[in-house]
Amino acid sequence: MTEQIKNTGFEEMTLNMGPQHPSTHGVLHLLLKMDGEVITEARPDIGYLHRGMEKLAEKRTWGANIALSDRWDYIASMSNNFAAVLGPEKLMNITVPKRAEYIRVIMAELNRIASHLIFFGTYGIDIGAFTPFFYAFREREMILDLYESVCGARLTYNYFRIGGVSADLPADFVPGVKSFIDYFRPKLKEYDTLLSTNPIFMDRTVGVGNISKEEAIDWALSGPNIRASGVNFDIRKDDAYSVYNEFDFNIPTGKNGDCFDRYMVRMNEMKESARIIEQAIEKLEPGDIIAKVAKVVRPPAGEIYTHVEAPKGELGVYCISDGSTLPYRYKVRGPSFVNLAILQKMLKGLKIADVVAVLGSIDIVLGEVDR
Amino acid sequence: MIYASQSLGDLWAWALNQFAVFCGWLGIPEVIRYTVEKGAYAVGLLVFISLTALVLIYMERKVSAHMQLRYGPMWTGGWHGWSQTIADMIKLLLKEDVIPDKADRWVHRIAPIVIFVPSLVGFLVIPFDKYLIGADLNVGILIIFGFSSIAVLSIFMGGWASNNKYTLLGGLRSAAQMISYELPLVLSVLGVVMTVGSLKMSDIVMAQKDVWFLFTPNFLGFIIYIIAGTAEVNRTPFDIPEAESELVSGYNTEYSGLKYGFFMLSEFTNTFIISAIAATFFMGGWNGPSWLPGIVSFLAKTYLIVFLLMWFRWTFPRFRVDRLMDFGWKFLLPLSFFNILMIAVWILVTK
Repeated sequence: MTEQIKNTGFEEMTLNMGPQHPSTHGVLHLLLKMDGEVITEARPDIGYLHRGMEKLAEKRTWGANIALSDRWDYIASMSNNFAAVLGPEKLMNITVPKRAEYIRVIMAELNRIASHLIFFGTYGIDIGAFTPFFYAFREREMILDLYESVCGARLTYNYFRIGGVSADLPADFVPGVKSFIDYFRPKLKEYDTLLSTNPIFMDRTVGVGNISKEEAIDWALSGPNIRASGVNFDIRKDDAYSVYNEFDFNIPTGKNGDCFDRYMVRMNEMKESARIIEQAIEKLEPGDIIAKVAKVVRPPAGEIYTHVEAPKGELGVYCISDGSTLPYRYKVRGPSFVNLAILQKMLKGLKIADVVAVLGSIDIVLGEVDR
Repeated sequence: MIYASQSLGDLWAWALNQFAVFCGWLGIPEVIRYTVEKGAYAVGLLVFISLTALVLIYMERKVSAHMQLRYGPMWTGGWHGWSQTIADMIKLLLKEDVIPDKADRWVHRIAPIVIFVPSLVGFLVIPFDKYLIGADLNVGILIIFGFSSIAVLSIFMGGWASNNKYTLLGGLRSAAQMISYELPLVLSVLGVVMTVGSLKMSDIVMAQKDVWFLFTPNFLGFIIYIIAGTAEVNRTPFDIPEAESELVSGYNTEYSGLKYGFFMLSEFTNTFIISAIAATFFMGGWNGPSWLPGIVSFLAKTYLIVFLLMWFRWTFPRFRVDRLMDFGWKFLLPLSFFNILMIAVWILVTK
């Protein structure tokens, strides 16, 4: 008998959720202290997938780090590539050819759709609906096929290069993307009828896990998570990189910052991404796909922070160059890692069923949390 | 005389008649005749139940697959993977039976039996055809509900005895859920019982000779029954006791092999019973077109309800546990009381 039972007649239960659990999205370990089904304390325990990415990066050339970046957030590798090339390009003052810029934008936005589709499918499973997962993967499969036709890979693309991209688009890529967008738009309505407007789904998500505007800023959230709380922060607009300032697109925001808003922001973002892709395809003109860059990349000594709007949020790379072929320091700001921190605050007082609803709505990838 | 158009129930009644004549001729005592009769029926029923479970599992896989843009089992046995469930059953039989180290061994062992036996008993009073009913008791429907509420005991036993926090939570949830949904379940059927004036299954079927109760004011009762019945067999959207994404597998997390098989089988037999009661009480049981044998129209209706439950399962998300209780106590229970009131008024007006 513990002291606690003697005094109150009740015992607090400690529940280890993960690292082997169906809905912790990988190897996240949550240490939950519970009073019945209500959580009194939650502590995320990370590091089960730690591979020492930042240290590894110091022993790889600037070009080889692009391949390494594929392994951060492995379901949105194109965005990682994007973040990995921007730094050295800025240090070396490389002007990327227009065609390569548009190709990069198309790839990054397709990747955003693919990543949000995984969110949609797995969030359905977290809430208890299994079927949306298969619908989401049907569409994601088409994006992966398009990627495969461009760079030969379906998960770790390694497509971007310092100064451009590695290969030009095959002849059937542009029509393929066009037909995908035409196919994809009606499917978004299908998702809404299947999951978004389902009363049980709304019951599970509306008003659950609220994050206020101030909290979202205090905890340095980014991406859809901060936008759902009503903060209009998107790096594509606020600190436009590449050619994003040429496109006309909206930034969907939520009001209450609950699970449903975070879900809806992502669903609306897919629509906007489709719009960006359409505009980028219109602007695509024949030309070089890579700038003239020396075979051995030696950025001048200096340090730089570049960031992109990855599907999960602000993905930043802070790199220091000492003028050699290897980066002196390579710090990655993974959005999943930063977004995960607020979990311990949000979970207090919720039920165990809400843990998966909240965790799923933050949309983390453990490869990026642990790196 | 037997005709081809006659149904299985008539055949069974004819066989019983012949057997009685035969026994009378040999001078066999009544007790033995009765035992042999019921024994034969029980054997037939057991075969039917195991076949039903196999068919239902296969059906669940196919229905879920086709709703999820898949094919489901396609290879085992040749035609559309028809023998997949048989292969799975053999696999379950051959699997190692693991009892966790700190488990309550005896409770852990008997929990699967405690859940499976009541679901068998329920089959006794289901009227498959005109004379095809194990025991046409005058408290028929009470027997089914009485025994099916034992299932909650077993789930709680299994959850508690496994000595695992996830199973414990699953067991607790299921105890809360099944007890609170039993009330609207029984109350929803009460409307039909009031209309007929009998608890006997055969009376209830006979009363629907002209019009199914589904097309009378009992329609509301049917809706309540389907919702509460889904909760009673722990299927999505009420599958919180096993809630895969929250509790791994709920109360049966620590079960393996044959004992897990019993939990799974009883889920499907319970689904069948719930659907069979729906077919009996609201859809006219074995009443149907005269050219169709009674058992065929009964099974067709039952499988329609089974399909409905599967449809629910593969399209709906899961309720949260406290919202589930709210829904049961604050909405479904008052609604079923209102249903009873409405039926009472209807009976007063029409009779």
